[in-house]
Amino acid sequence: MEKLISEFSIGLFFWQTVLFVGLIFLLRKFAWKPILNAVNEREEKIQQALKAAEEAEKKMQALNNESEALLKHAREERDQILKEARETKEAIISEAKTKAVAEAEKIIAQARETINNEKMAAITELKNQVAVLSIEIAEKILKEQLSGNDKQKAIIDNLLKEVNLN
Amino acid sequence: MEIPAIVGAGLIVIGAGMGIGKIGSSAMEAIARQPEATGKIQTAMLIAAALIEGIGFAALFAV
Amino acid sequence: MLRTIYAFLITVFLNIPTAIFADNHQEPAHQKDSTITHNEAHEHEAAEAHHDAHGAHAEHGELDLKARIKADIKHHLQDSYDFHLFSYTGSDGKEHHVGFPLPVILIDGGLHIFMSSAFRHGEKVVESKGNYYILHHNKIYKTDAKGTIEYDEHHHVLNPKPLDFSITKNVFMIIVIMSIIFIMFKNMASSYQKNGGLPTGIGRFLEPIILFIRDDIAIPNIGEKHYKRYMSYLLTVFFFVWVVNLFGLTPLGVNITNNIAVTFCLAILTYLITTFTANKYYWKHIFWMPGVPAPMKVVLAPIELLGTFIKPFSLMIRLYANITAGHIVLMSILGLMFVFANWIGSSLSFILAFVLSILELLVAALQAYIFTMLSALYFGTAVEEHHDDHH
Repeated sequence: MEKLISEFSIGLFFWQTVLFVGLIFLLRKFAWKPILNAVNEREEKIQQALKAAEEAEKKMQALNNESEALLKHAREERDQILKEARETKEAIISEAKTKAVAEAEKIIAQARETINNEKMAAITELKNQVAVLSIEIAEKILKEQLSGNDKQKAIIDNLLKEVNLN
Repeated sequence: MEIPAIVGAGLIVIGAGMGIGKIGSSAMEAIARQPEATGKIQTAMLIAAALIEGIGFAALFAV
Repeated sequence: MLRTIYAFLITVFLNIPTAIFADNHQEPAHQKDSTITHNEAHEHEAAEAHHDAHGAHAEHGELDLKARIKADIKHHLQDSYDFHLFSYTGSDGKEHHVGFPLPVILIDGGLHIFMSSAFRHGEKVVESKGNYYILHHNKIYKTDAKGTIEYDEHHHVLNPKPLDFSITKNVFMIIVIMSIIFIMFKNMASSYQKNGGLPTGIGRFLEPIILFIRDDIAIPNIGEKHYKRYMSYLLTVFFFVWVVNLFGLTPLGVNITNNIAVTFCLAILTYLITTFTANKYYWKHIFWMPGVPAPMKVVLAPIELLGTFIKPFSLMIRLYANITAGHIVLMSILGLMFVFANWIGSSLSFILAFVLSILELLVAALQAYIFTMLSALYFGTAVEEHHDDHH
């Protein structure tokens, strides 16, 4: 302790105090305040930037959601349209098919009628021809059989016999 | 006249050394138990050790 | 960071030759003024031993070397009136000293200002405005025209000491270091403006330290509300103590923080700031401790009051003792290198000195940290807003 007190130098203490207090005030004015202010400012800026980034991200998220919804809607619409188109196509095809079938049936029916008519006409004509031929044949046969008096008399006799019987 | 004072100072230094050792070991145990509180434990340890150290120095310079 | 450490390590080891042989001719004993009476046999004074050593240079070599090392350590720890840089032995076999004198300012019935070179390392009596002064063992005493120095039976000098405001080596280095710190931080502050809120150069290294002091020392101990008032002091004291401690490890051979006057100044500033910024709760806790019975309050008051003085006292002693002890140990081990003077012993002490130098680098920062930390803690207790029920 004695050694400490004897070592104590008033001059050094005086200079140290004066210089150190001076240094505190000088540094406070020229260094610490600007540095701490700059650091604070920067930290605030970073904080703000972070907040802004967060907000932007939120906005992005919202936008994304919106576009997603839009896309989804569009997709649904497209699907709907496609579906409708498919349905229309199928309807058209089936209608066409039924129409075609009906037409075909109609055509077939007409054909059948025509065929029938033709057949009938053919048959009628055939009958007429057969009748004509039969008459001709009968005429020829009659001509043959009635060519003499004997024969004509025989036939009259025959016919008279039959009437007598009655 | 000088020797008792030196012996006394030595005893105080031994005591201070043991005290600081105890603080250090406790702090290490505490850090091992709660590694997330390392900073706080270190601060408290340094302060406590510094206070004991002060007593040790006072003893040395009182001789 | 690493580069700084390397730089300091290199400077520390460049110190070795100069640290041991430097400046040991401060008092050429064999040519001393005959009127100065000496007690040659006194063994408590290391400087005396050093003086003896020169007297008996050739006779006992080892004793001489040990005495020289002892004297050198003592000299290294002392303040001086001139700035000695290095010594070398010239071709003529004489030792030359390179350095420069510093102004001596004395207040002794008027202002006396002269350069320390006027003392011729204690050989000459200086006359200034009718008063005579002599440099004896690195201290200035008032004397007569012949330079008489009187001793009591314990070999203490009886001559009066004038009030001394000299720019000594330590004061000079304080000015230099403060200028360095000021320029460094001023440049750093202006670099923020130039670079749009970001530091450049050394500021990139210093900014995290400033933030560390703010976020890990000031805010937790003082609190968000009040810490701003104390930042200037805390930052200044931290960087001052740190840089000064680091300069103590350079070959310049300055050690400012091992002067009790310097640490006393820092401690008293902490004490004054604590006292003058304290709120009523602080004083209430000291003089009328809440929550204890009345007789205890009476007993506690003087203890608490004493505690307020012990806190800065321990701050002062801690810094002083750590740095002094570190320097003594380091210098002793460097000295051992020359005592051993063989390959094994000297290498071992070199390695030991190397390790210790790294340790001292740590101690330099640690002591600055602890000083700042404890100051912040005391400021914190001064502005803490207690509620009367707790404690």
